[in-house]
Amino acid sequence: MNSRYRIRFSKLGKIRFTSHRDVARVWERALRRAALPVAYTEGFSPHPKLSFGLALSTGHESLGEYLDVDMAEPVDVESIPARLDPCLPIGLDVQAAAEIVPGTPSLQQVVTSCTWRIEVVGFGPAELRKRVEGCLGADSLVVTRQRKGHMVTDDLRPAILSLEMMDVGPELLAELATQPRGVRPSELVAVLASRPGDEVVEGHVCRLHQWMSTDGAREEPLPLPLRATLAPHAEARAS
Amino acid sequence: MTSIWTQLEPLLARVQKPARYIGCEDGAQAPEHRSDKVSWLLAYPDAYEIGLPNQGLQILYEILNERTDAVAERTYAPWTDLEALLRAHGLPLFSVDTHRPAGEFDVLAFNLSAELVYTNVLNCIDLAGVPVRAAARDPEHPLIGAGGHCTYNPEPLADFLDFAVLGDGEEVVAEITGVVGAWKRAGRASRADVLLDLARITGVYVPSLYDVDYHADGTIASVSPRHPDVPAVVEKRTIADLADWPYPKNQLVPLTEVVHDRLNVEVFRGCTRGCRFCQAGMITRPVRERPADQVRHMITSGLKRTGYDEVALTSLSTADFSGIERVVADTAGEDNVSVSLPSLRVDAFTVGIAAQIQKARRTGLTFAPEAGSWRMRQVINKLITEDDLYGAVESAYSQGWRRMKLYFLTGLPTETDEDTLGIAELARRCVEIGRRYHKGASVTISVGGFVPKPFTPFQWFGQNTVAELTRKVNLLRDALRRDKGVQLKWHDPKATLIEGLASRGDRRLGPVIEQVWRRGGVFQEWSEHFDLELWDTAMSDHGLSTDWYVHRHRTEGEVLPWDHISAGLHKDFLWQDWRDALAEVGLPDCRWTPCYDCGACTGYGIEHIVASATPPAGGSQGTGQLVFLSGAR
Repeated sequence: MNSRYRIRFSKLGKIRFTSHRDVARVWERALRRAALPVAYTEGFSPHPKLSFGLALSTGHESLGEYLDVDMAEPVDVESIPARLDPCLPIGLDVQAAAEIVPGTPSLQQVVTSCTWRIEVVGFGPAELRKRVEGCLGADSLVVTRQRKGHMVTDDLRPAILSLEMMDVGPELLAELATQPRGVRPSELVAVLASRPGDEVVEGHVCRLHQWMSTDGAREEPLPLPLRATLAPHAEARAS
Repeated sequence: MTSIWTQLEPLLARVQKPARYIGCEDGAQAPEHRSDKVSWLLAYPDAYEIGLPNQGLQILYEILNERTDAVAERTYAPWTDLEALLRAHGLPLFSVDTHRPAGEFDVLAFNLSAELVYTNVLNCIDLAGVPVRAAARDPEHPLIGAGGHCTYNPEPLADFLDFAVLGDGEEVVAEITGVVGAWKRAGRASRADVLLDLARITGVYVPSLYDVDYHADGTIASVSPRHPDVPAVVEKRTIADLADWPYPKNQLVPLTEVVHDRLNVEVFRGCTRGCRFCQAGMITRPVRERPADQVRHMITSGLKRTGYDEVALTSLSTADFSGIERVVADTAGEDNVSVSLPSLRVDAFTVGIAAQIQKARRTGLTFAPEAGSWRMRQVINKLITEDDLYGAVESAYSQGWRRMKLYFLTGLPTETDEDTLGIAELARRCVEIGRRYHKGASVTISVGGFVPKPFTPFQWFGQNTVAELTRKVNLLRDALRRDKGVQLKWHDPKATLIEGLASRGDRRLGPVIEQVWRRGGVFQEWSEHFDLELWDTAMSDHGLSTDWYVHRHRTEGEVLPWDHISAGLHKDFLWQDWRDALAEVGLPDCRWTPCYDCGACTGYGIEHIVASATPPAGGSQGTGQLVFLSGAR
């Protein structure tokens, strides 16, 4: 019987330019280097049993990424971060690990929203505030996009759960739903800067949290251990 | 300015695959630059995912960084999207290790593995902020060098390269570092001084120190050194024993997907099977095997360090490695590790090897019969019989493989339509054998147009025209139309034409390459960027005939553009081998049979290093089974 572990990690600095798939391959190698007893699928082409949470766009940083790993035998969970960290490239750091019970729903299923810090390049603070207020005051924010060859119309407003200005710099703190229709940070920026003549781009983007919500209560798939604080990581960028 | 990272960073958010440009690989180095060290920027003039795995570049990267008098970083050709942004923002080509501008290095050294990258070389030099023509450079500009197989005919790039290196780079980079270091200490006054000193190093060719004269018919009259100290013929470099060079010790592990994304361990260098179309087999002689214990150690430590679950045992013909079955048996299956053998001769591929390599995961299997008939394979000296091929294919299917890839060449000397159609027949028979084991068995046939290469017996042969190659591909397409189990792929004959042009061209092609580059012709080895019209226009603008360069048969007496370069091979050996080819006479493998004095060993006082005195079982050539000896020898 395999044991399943959930690992929480950060992705900061230059390595943010790797893709979700790149990071998956980095993890496969890191787990092998750490000589952890990862379980493999059966069959002609055995693969390590890993499952990742919501994909993070190439170029975005994160303080809350997750993966679930099946191990062929139990592992001392306390030792996992120390065993993995030397095997990971600079910019990927294990923050927490825990055993999870069999049957725990997948990360993709349970995560309902994410908190993002989004730098918006091109607006002054006053203009950005105005746009944020406009966005929050709107009843609906309808966007049209092409999907599988068809034009699809969506209202993004229900997925913007909270939106505020950060104290420093042209940055937003936003909680965006991931389902049923999720909103990506780039879509939020596009909505804020949708007037003709707007020359605004998304700057640094960092996912601060992923949230599971059940009956109104919000919690992280794996909270950080008490000794860890977010602030130093959040400010120090590995690049 | 030592790093352009802060300017580069915002641009990376706007390009495809930005991980190409960040470095940060496991094994990457951030060397400390100092004025008393010679700084090398090792460049692969193609996209990162093609260039990163290059073993030659990685070996030199480590050797140079281990030295106290040198540092080395890497760069790759930026894709067109980043190139446009770099130019728009006035940013230069940079190293991926510390993001240092390319123009700040002492030496910018290119790996030339394929001819179609030549325009990328010019693009990289230009992006580095260096004049593309060597004659226009000042002492403060980096020295522009090149190594790799294409430098055996460096002439098409003669206008752009300060120097080219022939043969194994392991030792010669130290000597080049010494010369460049002395020049720096002496105040880096004149470029001519350092070039002359470089030309005195064995294995280093400085094109600007040679004059070329032509006959009225366009052929070369003579190539002569312009200085008494410069050798009339530049000899290649060869390391005597691979055991002395267990590199790379810290193979780079990329963060993003690249070709050959696995641990690569070079098990031997050189090959004397003597396939007449194969330049690599001719110019890298003799065979130098790595000791089996060193191979095992490099596999074990490499897998542990990198976390890879696949190792490729690389060479020009890996099944010939002495004791290959034991090395594979010791590696495959252990901890889900799979082994891939990228260059497999069918006559040495046994059920034993097949059973071993499929223990973890079945890696892709590729065999290269190269030609469709026994007659044709005698001409090219690839002496594998149909039974060898069917035996290998049966071994693979019986061990669970359901598909495999077969490589063929078309446009070979003396090829008839019967020979070409033999490819279809072989493919069909392979599928039949496969169907005995699996309902869905299939083969992929990959057909490339043959490009004659310098320092091969076929260097005198006039390449097939685009029309002829296209006709042959169509013959095969028609023949295989009803064969559902056979998938046919072919290389674009138009790209083959330009490969042929650069392969045997001379220095008069310099302005052509420059014009193609100036008009935007980069990444020519990528089908979406290849543009024959650019080449056609440039050739006619400079009064040159592609037909003359590519399709013309050369005669014995003609001075070839690379005659002042030596791969150790005697020209009369190559000519005799060419005559033997036309007479359909094979030549045995000299590692297991007496020497026939091609020149590669005798000329340099070195010899084969082969652990086993007997050839691998089941072969045809040099195995005692079927040896076709030339009567003349």
